[in-house]
Amino acid sequence: MSDVQLWTYIVVAITFAFYIWIGYTNRVRDTKGFYVAGQGVPAVANGAATAADWMSAASFISMAGLISTMGFDGAIYLLGWTGGYVLLALLLAPYLRKFGKYTVPDFVGDRYYSQTARLIAAIATIVVSLTYVAGQMRGVGIVFSRFVGLPIEWGVVVGMAIVAFFAMLGGMKGITWTQVAQYAVLIVAYLIPAVAIGVVLTGNPIPQLSFTFSDIVPRLNAVQIDLGFKEYTQPFQGKTQLDVLAITIALMVGTAGLPHVITRFYTTPTVRAARYSAGWALLFIALLYTTAPAIAAFARYNLIDTLQNATVANVIEGEKQNIYELVYPDGTPVTWATSWQRTGLLAFYDKNGDGKIELRPGAAFQGRNFKAPTDGPNEVFFDNDIIVLANPEIAQLAPIVIALVAAGGLAAALSTASGLLLAMSSAVSHDIYYRILRPTATERQRMIAGRTMILIAILFAGYFGINPPGFVSQVVAMAFGLAAASNFPAILLGIFDKRANTAGAIWGMSVGLVFTLVMILMMKSNVIFGTPAPLLNDFMGISAEGIGAIGMILNFVVAFVVSRMTAPPPQEIQELVESVRIPRGAQVVEGAH
Amino acid sequence: MTKLATPPKKSSGKDAQGGGRRGGRQEWSPEKANAYWKRNLRLIGVLLTIWFVVSYLLGLILANALYGVRIGQLPMSFWFAQQGAIFVFVILIFVYCWLMDRIDKEFDVHE
Repeated sequence: MSDVQLWTYIVVAITFAFYIWIGYTNRVRDTKGFYVAGQGVPAVANGAATAADWMSAASFISMAGLISTMGFDGAIYLLGWTGGYVLLALLLAPYLRKFGKYTVPDFVGDRYYSQTARLIAAIATIVVSLTYVAGQMRGVGIVFSRFVGLPIEWGVVVGMAIVAFFAMLGGMKGITWTQVAQYAVLIVAYLIPAVAIGVVLTGNPIPQLSFTFSDIVPRLNAVQIDLGFKEYTQPFQGKTQLDVLAITIALMVGTAGLPHVITRFYTTPTVRAARYSAGWALLFIALLYTTAPAIAAFARYNLIDTLQNATVANVIEGEKQNIYELVYPDGTPVTWATSWQRTGLLAFYDKNGDGKIELRPGAAFQGRNFKAPTDGPNEVFFDNDIIVLANPEIAQLAPIVIALVAAGGLAAALSTASGLLLAMSSAVSHDIYYRILRPTATERQRMIAGRTMILIAILFAGYFGINPPGFVSQVVAMAFGLAAASNFPAILLGIFDKRANTAGAIWGMSVGLVFTLVMILMMKSNVIFGTPAPLLNDFMGISAEGIGAIGMILNFVVAFVVSRMTAPPPQEIQELVESVRIPRGAQVVEGAH
Repeated sequence: MTKLATPPKKSSGKDAQGGGRRGGRQEWSPEKANAYWKRNLRLIGVLLTIWFVVSYLLGLILANALYGVRIGQLPMSFWFAQQGAIFVFVILIFVYCWLMDRIDKEFDVHE
């Protein structure tokens, strides 16, 4: 066993033991503890939990790599996955906290005095969370297989067991405090390599500063031009401006409409704390999200620079790909390049036999067949994930840092998975079982239903983690698009438009959901149904990723118009709206404190 | 822990009225509720305008027009789209929290 593997076992075991201990000490007995952590989570802690809940394996492992390839257009993720918190803080969180129940369907069902509206919101919650959670479980398996050398299936099973333990025992309370710990692990694991590589390349320890003020980006721009690429900072190379705008809107609004994020704001003690916790959440998220574009540029520069200077010293024939051993001009071997070729995430092919590996525009290989090079000039394939995963080795950090990155990736995946699982299971056990089917259920029955549903949800997610449907990664955009087109307009109008009524909400959500779903299915029909080409390329220039923005607008327009054509909501509902607009009265009187 | 707690009568406007009566200083009225809500809406409007300007306008809509202007070593639109807007987002939320604290106290609806 290598040093890195040994450290990885140790660090992962310690963090997992820590999560289990936190889950055990935070076990709960009542539904209020189970669904909203007894409304006792302080603003800063809720901010950290929200940040961990929000930042998934994709944010941690893949985002910097994506930006590195996309250049300017990577802004869709950076803006789209942060800007939604401003909407949450100003437009949703404080009012939902004042409303003070457990779930998103709770609000939609009560505000629109309709079980149909409640059911639609519950179904939207389940669909959105399920699409999202399968990817997370897969992420756990992938991190395990890459760092610990465990088969993906076993990685998924270990992840399921850990989540099942603290989520079933502690519900929202256990999940919240575990997420606080997971945030700490993931942010430390992200920042250490980022700072180190920034120091190596620019001498400045603060990535945000060296990204903006050092000459690394101008140098990257210059070298990109030399190699036949456009400048790194050049806008709209891969997507049109209109599409970038639509995707950013869909991701922002989708973020504000994701049930597992919204639910977090029910857990604070006061309305004021709900507002502040949105601020803390975004601050904690911004720490990673402003570092990611710096890593993206640093890593791309470093990759190009290394390849330009290094020469091929030796080629080892391999079954799936040939391993090229490179050396720097001074003769020292480029070890990270060799070790990452072995994982299949990096592949070279010296097509012109000049002893140099050249990164150029275009594909280097035919698909992922690394024995079949294309005719194009490019000689390099790299998986986007390598940008974050290989960073510690490129910066030549100690094995314990590499182990920490593994623990960070696992923390990101587990924390997001647990939040999603709770949102999904509460839609069934609280909204559908208790609020719709069995309003007479006792506290005890509701707790049993809650715990059982979490277990079922975990088994579901685990199954999809081990047997991922081929299109999962392709349709994660769906989760955001659907959330943007369903929940967000219904909640927003429920607070800001007193005239909004049942018919408006139901029609609005249905039109938004159906439109977005149909559009995504048609634009992705080649991966979902196996049609030779997508049935539809785009909708007036907007791709599947951005279509939720149109679905959201449709929802708003339909809900607004239909509400005005039908009878206004009853007096008591108008009073409910009055009441959620005012902070005082959100706290629950609880005996002697 | 704050001591105040009006009974949580959700789905009725009573807690709003109860809140206003606390201390007997001010009477809660529909006009006052309206004035409070208008202040909140105006603040939201101002902050969301800034939110739109730093992300969509300076970062994306004017991306090509502002490409030649520099912030540090980066094109201005690129900086806003990948760094600046995110900093402003964080500040916006905290500014909202601080100003709402003051408005809540002024209207005596704080917790």
